[in-house]
Amino acid sequence: MVSPTDARAVASRVTDPEMPMLTLEDLGVLRDVEVEGDVVTVTITPTYSGCPAMATMRDDLVHTLRDHGYADVRVRVSLQPAWSSDWITERGRRALVDHGVSAPGAAPGHVGPVALTLTPTRRTVHCPRCGSGGAELTSEFGPTACTAIYRCPACLEPFEHVKEI
Amino acid sequence: MTDGHDSAYDGLLEHHTVTDDSQWAFGTDFEDPLAGVDTTIPDGVDARTLGAYCLMLGDDALVYSHRLSQWTSNAPDLEEDIALANIALDLLGQARLLLARAAAADPDLVPVLPVGSPVPPEDALAFFRDESAFRNVRFVEPGNGDFAVTVARLLVFSTHRLALLQRLATSSDSVLSAIAAKGVKEVTYHRDYAARWFLTLAHGTEESRRRLLAAMVLVWPLYDELFRTHPVERTVAEQGVGVDPATTADEVHVVLEQVFSVSGIDRPDVPPTGPVSGGTGRDGRHTEDMGRLLAELQVVARAHPRGLW
Ligand SMILES: [Zn+2]
Repeated sequence: MVSPTDARAVASRVTDPEMPMLTLEDLGVLRDVEVEGDVVTVTITPTYSGCPAMATMRDDLVHTLRDHGYADVRVRVSLQPAWSSDWITERGRRALVDHGVSAPGAAPGHVGPVALTLTPTRRTVHCPRCGSGGAELTSEFGPTACTAIYRCPACLEPFEHVKEI
Repeated sequence: MTDGHDSAYDGLLEHHTVTDDSQWAFGTDFEDPLAGVDTTIPDGVDARTLGAYCLMLGDDALVYSHRLSQWTSNAPDLEEDIALANIALDLLGQARLLLARAAAADPDLVPVLPVGSPVPPEDALAFFRDESAFRNVRFVEPGNGDFAVTVARLLVFSTHRLALLQRLATSSDSVLSAIAAKGVKEVTYHRDYAARWFLTLAHGTEESRRRLLAAMVLVWPLYDELFRTHPVERTVAEQGVGVDPATTADEVHVVLEQVFSVSGIDRPDVPPTGPVSGGTGRDGRHTEDMGRLLAELQVVARAHPRGLW
């Protein structure tokens, strides 16, 4: 009746509650979909420890899979390895920019003690609306845990940038 | 595309029927934040000691998260309001995982609630323990004061916690190591935020510098306690599952010195706050501020121990 490919395909269409232009797969939150007998086990990982959307993601996965005939759906949490913005897919990055959100650069690698940075983080950020460079950082903390706020000097619009972690 | 979020209200209408058991008022309604995570105790590790240790690190995060969240809608401007709320949220997430880990390691830690109560163990730990059962350092308890006090305290706390979490990332307990590795990424942002503001206030106006100097005098007396080794911490360090905080002191000192020297600010010459009745925060002995903080944190949950939303 049920095949792993189908369950994976169904789960991979479920979108993120806070950034609905992205699927959980594009965001890198969907780690695994396993089918054993009639049981579908989906593994997700939080973007940040305090991610308030985990329960909604779980419910959305359960609902969507149930709607497609998978009655027994279990959602597990994976904490290791910790989510990285590097896991956002190419398609996800394009979807972000299409929706006015700047995509992250490469995540910093940590070797040894984490260095203190007393000057604002330097990133090459382009305005997702007009494409101009030189955007100014307004705050490292945006409306969701994973974004910073920038302002474009050309079109003067503020925009979100997904932080590198 | 099947998008379940055409309206923000869709979720409110349908969720009750599906996961009624998970709708406790005060959780974020994922019944078990460690669902599917292997919580087996590693060989050579004492489960009760591990539980007590997770409580310490979880309580540090929980109490400080609550304190910082009091800035929400009160910060100097919208950006700082959002930043402090985000930092509080990261710490709350760490607290939730650590308290869940504590409960899984030693179920006897969890307060007993009325039969049929839907409150998950980590929430029972957060909302139904009395002050003397909390194991956080006293450093995180005092009121926020002005923005300078908050910045000075956040700088010290996040520097201390980052050094701790970096070491904890190699814990033999895979749950603790995972929580720590994730926390490192988050607290790196917290420390940078506090350090940049520290510098800004130090070189800002005469008034901002005056307030920062006053803040240091307020924050500093509880600094030493961050590095005092409790017997539980000594044991978990020996068992390879936890960190002796004394081993982070030099690194924390060096990082803070970087900030202080660029800011032209010296450590204040004030005596450390001594133990109370022979104990400190890790022994359940807290400051006067703690009672009021817990009252605010716990009052609604305690009034509705079977509360459902
Ligand atoms: Zn622009």
